[in-house]
Amino acid sequence: MDDIIKEFVQESTENLDRLDRELVLLEKDVTNKELLASVFRTIHTIKGTAGFLGFPRLEGLAHAGENLLSRLRDGELVLNADITSALLTMLDAVRQMLATVVSAGNDGAEDYSVQIANLNQLAKGQPELPAAVLDAEVPKKAAAPGAPPVPARADVVDNSVRLDVGLLDQLINQMGELVLARNQILQWVTTQRDPVFVNACQRLNLITTELREGVMKARMQPISHVFGKFPRVVRDLSHSCHKRVELTIEGGETELDRTLLDAIRDPLTHIVRNSVDHGIESAERRKEAGKPEVGTLALRAFHEGGQVNVEISDDGAGVNLERVKAKALKNGLVSPDQAARMSDRELLDLIFAPGFSTAEQVTNVSGRGVGMDVVKTNIEKIGGTVDLQSTLGKGTTIKIKIPLTLAIIPALIVTSGGDRFAIPQVSLLELVRLESDQTEQKVEHIHDAPVYRLRGNLLPLVYLERELRGAGIPSSQPDGAADAVTTIVVLQAEGRQFGLVVDSVREAEEIVVKPLGQFLKGIPVFAGATIMGDGEVALILDVLGLAEKAHVVSGDADASSTASADTRLTKTGNHSSLLLFRAGPSGRMAVPLSLISRLEQFPLSSIERAGNREVIQYRKCIMPLIRVGDSMQSQDGHETIEVLVCSQQDHTVGLVVDQILDIVDENIEVTGGSGAHCTSAVISGQVTDLLDVPSLIQGSGAFMG
Amino acid sequence: MAQPTQYCTFTLDGLLFGVEVERVQEVLASQRMTKVPLAPAIVGGLVNQRGQIVTAIDLRKRLELQERPPGKDPMIIMIRTDNGVTGWLVDAIGDVVETATAEFEPAPSTLKGVGRDLITGAFKLEKQLLLVLDTQRVMTQGEDARKGRPAAVAGSPAQTA
Repeated sequence: MDDIIKEFVQESTENLDRLDRELVLLEKDVTNKELLASVFRTIHTIKGTAGFLGFPRLEGLAHAGENLLSRLRDGELVLNADITSALLTMLDAVRQMLATVVSAGNDGAEDYSVQIANLNQLAKGQPELPAAVLDAEVPKKAAAPGAPPVPARADVVDNSVRLDVGLLDQLINQMGELVLARNQILQWVTTQRDPVFVNACQRLNLITTELREGVMKARMQPISHVFGKFPRVVRDLSHSCHKRVELTIEGGETELDRTLLDAIRDPLTHIVRNSVDHGIESAERRKEAGKPEVGTLALRAFHEGGQVNVEISDDGAGVNLERVKAKALKNGLVSPDQAARMSDRELLDLIFAPGFSTAEQVTNVSGRGVGMDVVKTNIEKIGGTVDLQSTLGKGTTIKIKIPLTLAIIPALIVTSGGDRFAIPQVSLLELVRLESDQTEQKVEHIHDAPVYRLRGNLLPLVYLERELRGAGIPSSQPDGAADAVTTIVVLQAEGRQFGLVVDSVREAEEIVVKPLGQFLKGIPVFAGATIMGDGEVALILDVLGLAEKAHVVSGDADASSTASADTRLTKTGNHSSLLLFRAGPSGRMAVPLSLISRLEQFPLSSIERAGNREVIQYRKCIMPLIRVGDSMQSQDGHETIEVLVCSQQDHTVGLVVDQILDIVDENIEVTGGSGAHCTSAVISGQVTDLLDVPSLIQGSGAFMG
Repeated sequence: MAQPTQYCTFTLDGLLFGVEVERVQEVLASQRMTKVPLAPAIVGGLVNQRGQIVTAIDLRKRLELQERPPGKDPMIIMIRTDNGVTGWLVDAIGDVVETATAEFEPAPSTLKGVGRDLITGAFKLEKQLLLVLDTQRVMTQGEDARKGRPAAVAGSPAQTA
């Protein structure tokens, strides 16, 4: 294809996208002369260029549109819904012709004479041709909103330069090298005295940093490139559903990496369509419910914590959990037993379950659910998360969090056998460090599988050194290294946790992901490689691949190791791990171990008072203390207090107890209530009070204000 | 077909090898390499070539020669292939040699093992034979190339270019 034609197609595609938006705006503001003139000019340009390049059919269609627009511009006609629709249909037809230009080199042979006639008719001030004729003639593809089949897609605003992405990637590579060279020079310059040279180096340092930011920024594009087409999508869809929807867009200037932009285009479109189609009710229903007739769909994008957040909220009917439950039961996703026990949160999450959506659902079910599993999968593929909140009758909000870029990911650098490896932070849960004297008692074995008790759950251990280099080579294993500490990196793969034992943990770092070359693609344990600050190459671990190699997860769930089966067991049913302690006059008490994040001892003197409450400074936060069972310990002559640190949602509180007794793993039978915040049970043969921590915290008023 | 007439030469275990000059992107002195656990034995490691991560193949291992004595650092020839750049670890780099077709002779049928697959023939230089490697085959996984396949079909190294 000639460069000039390519340019025409690219430019026209951009113009068409803009026209979509401008026409929708114009419909709301029919007297806006400036906007109308802009629309007219754009169509005129397309017509002129098409004629010049020898696309007579394209020219003819654009000409008919221009005619109509010129009458609008001259004030002989006033824009109405019919005219807008006709113009939008024309834009789609132009798009389709452009696609043919790209694929076949000419403007195709499809017949647009009906549309031209229709445009002419409207230009004469006469009503539109009968809808039946139009519907039959408008090519179906063009009618699908928001899906113009134009492959040569490029979104660029005025006064910008087109760049090949390959060139950008190359620049980023070279940038990395420049940073390395700079680092080396900076290290060496400390030994130098010549002020001119030292000065120059400092400038080099600064410029390199700025340049790096600039180059990274060059890959970023505003999210408005995706948002921009939604006014059209919403307009078309709400018209066809006979609903009235107002779309508000906020934060269109939020920038993210262009590859990610492409990746969220479809999921976002899907969610927006869902909101209009299933979320927002018809005007009559809304009136009955006492809501404004016009529904609101709000798109919001913003940066937060190094991530891009996108929120799509509507004030529609919300998700009907009863229907979700019924649907899930019908599709066999959950058993009646499970369904009865599920919390609202869990029920909502069912919407994302694969197989939840069925053909039947496309037309009814008040809430969402059409292919939401695909949305979730696609978002997670790029390292993002999807969260859905919904209130019946009030509306639904979907929150999407995505990283700024895929090319650079946060990672934890660990060492094993003298080599460095990078672990993507996405899979990282926590780090556990065992001193050498603890190692032997804390790492236990189930048959020959090493496990560690992490807050009561058995965590299967995988030794990185052993996985990578085989069992033959001695490494920092519990029996082999009495001198060293054991560092466990707790990772998650496919919902299963496991502990990866490494030699040491270095630092958290942002790394540039590079693919592995020939010969190495077949090794599932590595996801790629990266270049470290000192210029050396480090391998990036593929957590899932590693878990599979170590048989932590496997395709066959039944074949999972004893250890992980145990882990599962502790989480289901009444079987759970409990922490036993003694507190106050009621004596023996227990809490589920899963609620406790740490056990701490504090000197009595560190207790301070805030208002009428006891607090303690803990990890740079102020942690309120609750004396369980009016623990009288302070009067027993002890110098220290035992505290169970308990984190719930965003709150951390310390439960003061007299003495920690034991951790047991047991089936509990609740036998009856014995007082506020407690129920009683027989644990290890003795009657024990089970502490209801959430109610205790609430009762204490620790977070009341 | 253009006949390659210039060869970049290098040595491995006392033997002189050559690769078409057009294939060679650059030659690097010994570099810190990152070993890749679980990789095929012929992979020497990963090298950072100005921001590109390049897989280095240990040619001694690929050709099933003796292991390089410890303490002797290899040099790396960066070879362009259809699948990007790959590094070859060699003992030492020699000169670029001009050759004439007349001096070339295909590998004898008595050549055994891996050499039969990878060596297309030899140039009879004055002092020594210059063995010509089939670049593409060196890059394919050893296992499938090793068995049963005849040595380079045509008697000319041009086939490999």
